[in-house]
Amino acid sequence: MTQPFARIAVNGALALVALIVLFPLLWMASVSFMQPGEASTFPPPLLPAHATLDNYRELFERAGMGRYLLNSLLIASAITLISLAFNLSAGYAFAKLHFAGRERLFQMLLAALLIPAQVGMIPLFLMMKWLHLVNSYGGVIVPGLTTAFGIFLVRQYTRSIPDDLIEAARLDGAGEWRIFTRIVLPLLKPIIATLAIFSFLASWNDFMWPLIVLSDQDWQTAPVAIASLSREHVQDNELMMAGSVVTVLPVLALFLMLQRHYIQGLLLGSVKG
Amino acid sequence: MNKPVANKSALNKHYVPWTFVGPALLALGVFFALPVFAALLLSFTDFDLYALADSKNLRVVWLDNYIEVLRTPLFWKALLNTLYFVVVGVPLSIGVALGAALLLNSPLARAKAFFRTALFAPYVTAVVAVALIFRYLFHTRYGLINYGLEYLGFAPIDWLGDPHWSMPAIILFAVWKNFGYNMIILLAGLQSIPIELYEAARIDGASGWRQFRHITLPSLRPVLLLVAIITVAGYFQLFAEPYVMTRGDPLQSTVSVLYYMFQQGFEWWNLGRATAIAFLLFALTFFVTRLLLWFARRHGEET
Repeated sequence: MTQPFARIAVNGALALVALIVLFPLLWMASVSFMQPGEASTFPPPLLPAHATLDNYRELFERAGMGRYLLNSLLIASAITLISLAFNLSAGYAFAKLHFAGRERLFQMLLAALLIPAQVGMIPLFLMMKWLHLVNSYGGVIVPGLTTAFGIFLVRQYTRSIPDDLIEAARLDGAGEWRIFTRIVLPLLKPIIATLAIFSFLASWNDFMWPLIVLSDQDWQTAPVAIASLSREHVQDNELMMAGSVVTVLPVLALFLMLQRHYIQGLLLGSVKG
Repeated sequence: MNKPVANKSALNKHYVPWTFVGPALLALGVFFALPVFAALLLSFTDFDLYALADSKNLRVVWLDNYIEVLRTPLFWKALLNTLYFVVVGVPLSIGVALGAALLLNSPLARAKAFFRTALFAPYVTAVVAVALIFRYLFHTRYGLINYGLEYLGFAPIDWLGDPHWSMPAIILFAVWKNFGYNMIILLAGLQSIPIELYEAARIDGASGWRQFRHITLPSLRPVLLLVAIITVAGYFQLFAEPYVMTRGDPLQSTVSVLYYMFQQGFEWWNLGRATAIAFLLFALTFFVTRLLLWFARRHGEET
């Protein structure tokens, strides 16, 4: 193959794949601005004839989407903040502090990575029922408080911090928590950003557990709410697409802003195999 | 390793590391390890709606749940559906990802950052939201996919209403949604192959295909195995896609094992039986990923 031809072939193929991949997302946005019923014609229109915000108005005023988005935001933020605190301190301890049974505990943590969350989901649901946490923020947040994966990620990253730095601070008489907050945490900034976007995205997008533990509409997250909306409004494609847009857009924007950190975490996490 | 620091407070410091790991381990213990352990016990009981109301109705039935599940045709149907999804979906997801990664890694490619982001974007979206788009794209009468087929001269397909096409439709959606993850990992793998290998091959006059066959693929083997294991383990957990797109229909052709567990547990409240299903799925996933590892290791020794 000659160079110019190969260049066109490679870039043409990339453009075609990107078009196929992005098309559903672009079309979702387009349909969300169509008049009710407009998208249920043949052939399906690509762009709205008369763009309208009616679907969004209906979504927020009648279907209460604002509440669901707020639930999602609060839940994902709480999980992100709490799990950051737990995973950072535990990950650091597994990398740099010495305590009895450290290696064995870490092996158990690695084993926990292999067990999918659904295995314990039913007893966890019963536990939430017993604690009166069904249909509450607490019930959704609890399994996300800390993750074996997060601890693992922090440990791997922390190991690159030289021991001398910590040892020197210790000789100066600094306490362990002071060393952690003043010296170690600033060095962990990149992994903090990675972990934060990871857990925010994961908890925003999570579906099965919120579906199980939040049966009461008032507490539902955006994905759970649009799933049940879609079962009621099977025909209202324009409305459902508006629902998808507001569910997808916040995390997509967050990802675009922080994608460097996200992809770094993804690669760091995949090295575990 | 632990250098004894001559420090008089060293003796009181034993408990300090536990203030770091304690909260995390406690949370993992109570909300993860304990439920998993309890699940094993629960799967030996007939925990149902009556036991939920009054624990006096709870009886130990030992392996009855497992036996009962294995005797239910719908479980086997769900298992076959899930295996169909895994066996077809995983190679497709990896194949598309490898193709995209090769294109992105080509020295001829322009605007790599844009293309990489664009191809990865579906992976960060909420399954439910984008499954709704595809439910609409796959619509028999108004769907754009059938419009495209018709344009090309094919007969329209009742994607989500025909039991032969419902699983392929879900697979197409899953590939679209997930290949970006594999693509990123494979791309990193490609970038770590030393460029000298290709230069040497080019001097020897090896064609592009032979370079791919004899340099790229062998170098990529460990990464491919990793990607395969992650994808297999993930695809066995199929749930949200059928929940939103088909509700397991038509003719239960898209009921996955996890969907079946959800129905048993949270629609019919057979919680004991549902945990047994969860354990069977876990055992199967574990077995298959081990098998992949074993196969790769054996194959690796031969060559």
